[in-house]
Amino acid sequence: MSFINYMAREINCKIVYYGPGLCGKTTNLQYIYERTNPEAKGKMISLATETDRTLFFDFLPLALGEIRGFKTRFHLYTVPGQVFYDASRKLILKGVDGVVFVADSQIGRIEANQESVENLRTNLAEQGYSLDKVPYVMQYNKRDLPEIATPEELRELLNPTKVPEYEAVARTGVGVFDTLKAVAKLVLTELKKGGP
Amino acid sequence: MVNPQMVMYEEEFNQIQTVVDRLVKDANAKVVFIVDKNGQLIAASGDVDNLDTTSLASLTAGNIAATGGMAKLLKENEFATQFHEGEKANIHIQLVGNRVILVVIFDAKSSLGLVRLRVRKASEELNHIFEALLKKVQEPGADSPFAEITDEDIDNLFND
Repeated sequence: MSFINYMAREINCKIVYYGPGLCGKTTNLQYIYERTNPEAKGKMISLATETDRTLFFDFLPLALGEIRGFKTRFHLYTVPGQVFYDASRKLILKGVDGVVFVADSQIGRIEANQESVENLRTNLAEQGYSLDKVPYVMQYNKRDLPEIATPEELRELLNPTKVPEYEAVARTGVGVFDTLKAVAKLVLTELKKGGP
Repeated sequence: MVNPQMVMYEEEFNQIQTVVDRLVKDANAKVVFIVDKNGQLIAASGDVDNLDTTSLASLTAGNIAATGGMAKLLKENEFATQFHEGEKANIHIQLVGNRVILVVIFDAKSSLGLVRLRVRKASEELNHIFEALLKKVQEPGADSPFAEITDEDIDNLFND
């Protein structure tokens, strides 16, 4: 649910990065944080365990520029990917305007990806959203690793509705901004239509 | 759509700001701010210059969401009030009308009793304002300012 502030002339949108544990959600945000001008970003917050696993969420506020005199601000969140943090994942999806699914391309993680997409669909439905309607893009991450599935295989298993998809290596930044731009565009296009 | 779109107009913003400004004085608080449940900062007052209000807003909403999750597990509706006591700063968090979150940061110059008393009154006023705002947003004809934007406008945002 975006927030339009006529007083401050700004619009705020919430984007959530979803995906199985260790797929690279936090790495996406870290890369965006490192490569964004200081004036366009706020502080990145990570609520993580001592071993740097996301415990609750990461948060990064970004200013993308102006449209028709309105500043566009995007709040990027990640969810904790580990299966047992499901209660936290549900909370973070509240008020979401757009979703990025970060898939781990490694063959050994195919099932974890499938479970996570299903979990996303279920948790969105609990909040009253449909994955088929919410602005949604897919990122196939870790393309630099050996033993990965082909994009075609991943598409067939994870992206049957053929939402925009991007190959990525979040560690080095490949595909990270393409993914962000794609979801931001979909969110703004949805706003144009008059809300999610 | 589950939740109606949150929109803030000048008139209501000024009303909210008045309540928040007054609460800073009445409660002897350092900072007062209002956040929606999704973590968007709505208004702030007091000594906010040296404070990362965006981060605080997001964490407050996360905190309220987590507490709400616990409430649900205990078959409670909500835990509407939270208080965190530090060595120098204290933070009082109040859910208003199950819609927005009123946060008061105060130090030894004030007391929990005073803050609670003033927050109660301010919450009632804020609840009325947000109810009126919600009605206004749901009225037909309250179009998004984004209805007019073109695909080109959106593309231009990314041409850097």
